[in-house]
Amino acid sequence: MKTILILGAGTAGTAIAHKLRRRLSREWDVAVVDPSSTHLYQPGLLFLPFGDETEERIVRERGSTLGSGITWHQASVTAIDTERRRVELAGEEPLSYDFLIIASGTEVRPDMIDGMLGDGWRKSVFDFYTLEGARALQEALANFEGGRLVINIVEMPIKCPVAPLEFAFLADAYLTKRGIRDKTELVYATPLDGAFTKPLASRTLGYLLEDKGIQVETEFMAGEVDSEKNVIRSYDEREVPYDLLVTIPPHTGARFLEDTDLSDELAFVQTDHHTLAAKNAERVFCIGDATDLPSSKAGSVAHFQADLMTENVLRAIEDKELEPTFDGHSNCFVETGHGKAMLIDFNYETEPLPGQFPIPGIGPLPLLKECRRNHWAKRLFRLVYWHGLLPARPIPISPTMSLAGKQLSAAAETGGA
Amino acid sequence: MSLEAVQTDAEGYLANRDDWSQELAMKLAKEFNVELGDEHWKVLNAARAIETESGSSPGLRKISKRADTPIKAIYTLFPDGPAKLIAKIAGIPKPKSCL
Repeated sequence: MKTILILGAGTAGTAIAHKLRRRLSREWDVAVVDPSSTHLYQPGLLFLPFGDETEERIVRERGSTLGSGITWHQASVTAIDTERRRVELAGEEPLSYDFLIIASGTEVRPDMIDGMLGDGWRKSVFDFYTLEGARALQEALANFEGGRLVINIVEMPIKCPVAPLEFAFLADAYLTKRGIRDKTELVYATPLDGAFTKPLASRTLGYLLEDKGIQVETEFMAGEVDSEKNVIRSYDEREVPYDLLVTIPPHTGARFLEDTDLSDELAFVQTDHHTLAAKNAERVFCIGDATDLPSSKAGSVAHFQADLMTENVLRAIEDKELEPTFDGHSNCFVETGHGKAMLIDFNYETEPLPGQFPIPGIGPLPLLKECRRNHWAKRLFRLVYWHGLLPARPIPISPTMSLAGKQLSAAAETGGA
Repeated sequence: MSLEAVQTDAEGYLANRDDWSQELAMKLAKEFNVELGDEHWKVLNAARAIETESGSSPGLRKISKRADTPIKAIYTLFPDGPAKLIAKIAGIPKPKSCL
């Protein structure tokens, strides 16, 4: 028996496991390693704090998300030995592999910021990138009676880079609905030089912040949370006071990748941009949020990579050369509040452009433009996720980006693309 | 290459990677009132190396680790917005998000 070992059974690991299972004979064991007994639909975490989603709908037993024919080792990885081709586990016998796919995602690391886990943690300081955080924030928001609500990205890269902005838009709508928007200052603090950083997006979407009265604090690199004074302090000694802080803490790769030859300074796996092979080891691939790629850390990216990586893993098994097929394609809905959303579609080279998706000229979903259809498509995507994406059933969206139906002239006007 | 001849984008980032040289970096730094010493070069070289390897301009935490220079010290070396200044002087693109 030969083994393909997949570390992590999140979006990327589960999708690639199903794809490979379909394509490989029974002479291959397709096995995933994941310590957690549940699978979380992460896009649901954006809605949970506002009471617009339920845990029941976004959490499933892991066993129910893995098809028959996939072996699940419920264990924690402690190390990878690429020389001997084996993976060490906590308290269990190591596992050998013929090919290894690292799909261990990211860890949200509030411990990396001074004071973040202090007295204010989950009292006045919350994250929404974990189920526990989003759940606690729901209660805090329900009890919030106004003041300064600060959303802070500590540092890039983070999962779903637009989620903090979506959170700001949804918070504006939520507070309006509760009748306390006029008693609340909504502040968005980012280490980047704006809430939108690409020329076309800055030009066409800046109105969203203005219309919603969201203050933006730019180039703010938080070094410390002072929960006695209720301020976040940057490395250049600026202070942003808060009554309720929604933080997006730094992200790193899995702990077992820290300070290894496979990974970079933040424990993300150094990965070939186009073949998705790990750069520093043979017979190792990396998929989804665990990579150091400049593509977005998002479920759609994991899905497109799974399509393309399947072919490359099969090529590797047959000792053929890998194909540089992945183009950084990403496709995301962006909630803008009050029942509307945008859709963006882009890759390594091309910034999000206006147009129609998925059928050029027809849509039905407009790109880079707010509308209700996009909002409902985003809400319904949960069903596509559980029943299409995870079990790797065919979804009629190309894994590589198409320029058809996109207005290239829009980018030319701003000198970007 | 002189500062006048070098092409930058609308926000002042180098338009063509190949135009970069150590001499140009020193001229650019002067424009931002930064006198480059060994400690600055450690940071700039780290940023350039990471960008070449990974294809995107790194955040300060990553630069700090590679250059073995605390983030606080990077703020002293490049006051007034180190992430931007480092990218501009090192001739790498602006640190961006996806929108």
